[in-house]
Amino acid sequence: MADHLIEVRNLSVDFHTAQGTVHAVRNVSWHLDKGETLAILGESGSGKSVSASAIMNLIDMPPGEITSGKVLFDGRDLLEMSSSERRKINGSRIAMIFQDPLSHLNPVYTVGWQIAEIMTAHGMPAEKARTRTLELMKRVKIPDAENKIDSYPHQFSGGQRQRLMIAMALALKPDILIADEPTTALDVTVQAQVLSLLEELQEETGMGMLLITHDLGVVAEAADRVVVMNSGEIVETGTANEVYHTPKHPYTKKLISAVPGTGKMTDPLATGIEPILQINGLTKHFGGFVAVDDASLTVLPGETVAIVGESGSGKSTLAKTLLRLEDASSGSALYLGRDLVTMPSDELFALRRDIQMVFQDPTQSLNPRMSVFQIISEAFEIHPDILPKPQWKNRVRELLELVGLEASHMHRHPHQFSGGQRQRIAIARALAMEPKLIICDEAVSALDVSIQAQVIDLLVKLQEELDVSYLFIAHDLPLVRDFAHRVVVMQGGKIVEQGPVAQIFDDPQEDYTKGLMAAGLSPDPEIQADRRRARAELLETTI
Amino acid sequence: MEMAEQKTAIVADAPHPVAQTLRMLWRDKFALAAAVFLLIVLLSALFGPALLEGVATKTNLRGRNAPPFDFSQPWYLWLGGDALGRPLLARIIVAAQNTMAVAVGAVLCSLAIGTTLGMIAGYTSRMASQVIMRLADVIMSFPSLLLAVIVLYMLPPSVFNLIIVLAITRIPVYLRTSRAEVLEVRERMFVQAAKVMGASSGRIIFRHLLPVILPTLVTIATLDFALVVLVESALSFLGIGIQPPEITWGLMVSQGRAYLTTAWWLSFWPGLAIILTTLSLNLLANWLRTALDPVQRWRLEIAVKKNG
Repeated sequence: MADHLIEVRNLSVDFHTAQGTVHAVRNVSWHLDKGETLAILGESGSGKSVSASAIMNLIDMPPGEITSGKVLFDGRDLLEMSSSERRKINGSRIAMIFQDPLSHLNPVYTVGWQIAEIMTAHGMPAEKARTRTLELMKRVKIPDAENKIDSYPHQFSGGQRQRLMIAMALALKPDILIADEPTTALDVTVQAQVLSLLEELQEETGMGMLLITHDLGVVAEAADRVVVMNSGEIVETGTANEVYHTPKHPYTKKLISAVPGTGKMTDPLATGIEPILQINGLTKHFGGFVAVDDASLTVLPGETVAIVGESGSGKSTLAKTLLRLEDASSGSALYLGRDLVTMPSDELFALRRDIQMVFQDPTQSLNPRMSVFQIISEAFEIHPDILPKPQWKNRVRELLELVGLEASHMHRHPHQFSGGQRQRIAIARALAMEPKLIICDEAVSALDVSIQAQVIDLLVKLQEELDVSYLFIAHDLPLVRDFAHRVVVMQGGKIVEQGPVAQIFDDPQEDYTKGLMAAGLSPDPEIQADRRRARAELLETTI
Repeated sequence: MEMAEQKTAIVADAPHPVAQTLRMLWRDKFALAAAVFLLIVLLSALFGPALLEGVATKTNLRGRNAPPFDFSQPWYLWLGGDALGRPLLARIIVAAQNTMAVAVGAVLCSLAIGTTLGMIAGYTSRMASQVIMRLADVIMSFPSLLLAVIVLYMLPPSVFNLIIVLAITRIPVYLRTSRAEVLEVRERMFVQAAKVMGASSGRIIFRHLLPVILPTLVTIATLDFALVVLVESALSFLGIGIQPPEITWGLMVSQGRAYLTTAWWLSFWPGLAIILTTLSLNLLANWLRTALDPVQRWRLEIAVKKNG
């Protein structure tokens, strides 16, 4: 039975909850060979992480229960081993890295100590462990590793922290590395670096890598084979290329067609219209730190302007300044000729109706203690001039239907909805004010790809019907491509480039924009292979 | 998530709110028992003194420290008699009024004042926050018993003054908790969403902040209840709280202390009343927290479905 490195056979896991038994995975089988990367692809709730948790003994039992199946590693069934035997395997022979490196690093110890701890825990003398730690930190390309070894986690950037997690996982030269959404929390350029580091390390050590992800781009970039999961079952397996180009199962087809960045680009609106919003030299300081530096842009009525940038580029701060959640340091933002930055608060109150915002995370932006009706009708309560009270109920019903929900959902609370539905509620709340401009701050980033596409479709439909303008803030370039009229690229608080969407995507002028384009992952494994080659060449020529 | 949705779809539209509340109370048997006990205490506090005043104060020197569980005696002597032969059960019922007045009054006052100040400190200007927090520091750094002694030395001891003194000393607990919670909750996105809609500070505080922080404060308040009862008894013991022949549970405990080795029941029964009341409040507060939280409420509703 030693032909596969690890093999999962007919695994079924149930979770017993107060609402009945949930079959998290049913009859799942897959295997991983030496030197191979297997991706498990699925949306949230598909059970893609469950089999990895079963391997690592991370399923809480109860409420979890493994009802059938085997996990064969070295010819032995992991599920039948004692917990002390499994502890020996965990960390040393099978290692795992997680999505959010900050919450998996202990803030009160230095990173060097934490990496060394893995080795000392498995019986290595402290001196030797420290030398090896330094080696590892250099290997994962932490700059100035000699000095950084005694730094604390908060002193590293997100990408560096993920590298440290990788160093930690590799400390004992595992045979298998399980990476659970390793790059989801990272910026695109950093994501590309981390993935190529993982590939390099794999080539070096010949370990098998299990990559759990929701992102077809990550699959295309890194995976040899892919397992597609949907509601607890494997719907399709094959090489990354096969699955992308000749998907067989309808679910896989749907998933691939939902990936943004392949459709037709929108033409820019005719010029010569009076802009609805005109920002001139807007600047925001936080103490000595310049978050937004001299930003100027315009938004026309009925137009979608996308602001794209990585974390820390100042795109969210710009939005907050426009809504006066933060006060601008200098500059102006003219809304139909009136300056939002200096406007007195009573005028601003009336204007709130015209400019609304949809937030990134609908779980947090809806008050968990209010019903959907209360959430939406709060707009009418705050602005009594919108609608007399007897009509509230009808209007809420209309709004819910407008965003694709049912009127009977009115009396439910936010937690009873899925992420995509919650975002629809947030959009309905914004629409209740009958706004002319909606600022969407990463409004779909927290959603699954297919849900993303639905919400974007909804936004486009609403724009056609109601002629609203969007200021769409995102870090995801392909998403913006299908949807925006114009794109504004921000970096370090400055606007580096702006123009019609076709110009930015087909003919970017600035190096930063080009880099951002190159770092984005295409869902097509062949294109991604080309890009990888191009990147490698670029690297060689620069050296 | 989808699973949860399907489930709630089955539950369908809610029946009348009162009926539903009662049904949710029926599901949680501990909370139900607590509610029944508290109802008894409440009735004792309201009607006890009017009905039993005479019985409770009548001394009977032959029945001094009469032991409990002598069922040949009239019912009010079943828990025994105190050092002057007064029936303990009757005295506990009568004392419920003063005890409840002081404890409930003090806890509610400090809860209301502390929460209000804490929310102001947490939500409005830095200046207001500084002033309020330093005020809280002053109260906290001053030994509460000393403060009580000084104030009650100047003012005549009465239920009302006792409430004021106890409330002042307990304010910082609520103030600091609510301020800390507000500082956290105000940064949440739904508060920002409300701001974007143009909601006033008052609306944000009462509609968005208060419902989120209230469960924590109510839990603290129920725990504080026992503390207030005991502090009140300490003050009464020092002779500056409630004065005999007025009685409270705390006073009864401290009066019985001298006889602990020979007649344990003098202190035990009123002590038990304090414990049970606090425990009941705690259980009921726990239930209330679940019942008021839309995310948690299904725990009580699901049970209804299964057995109903």
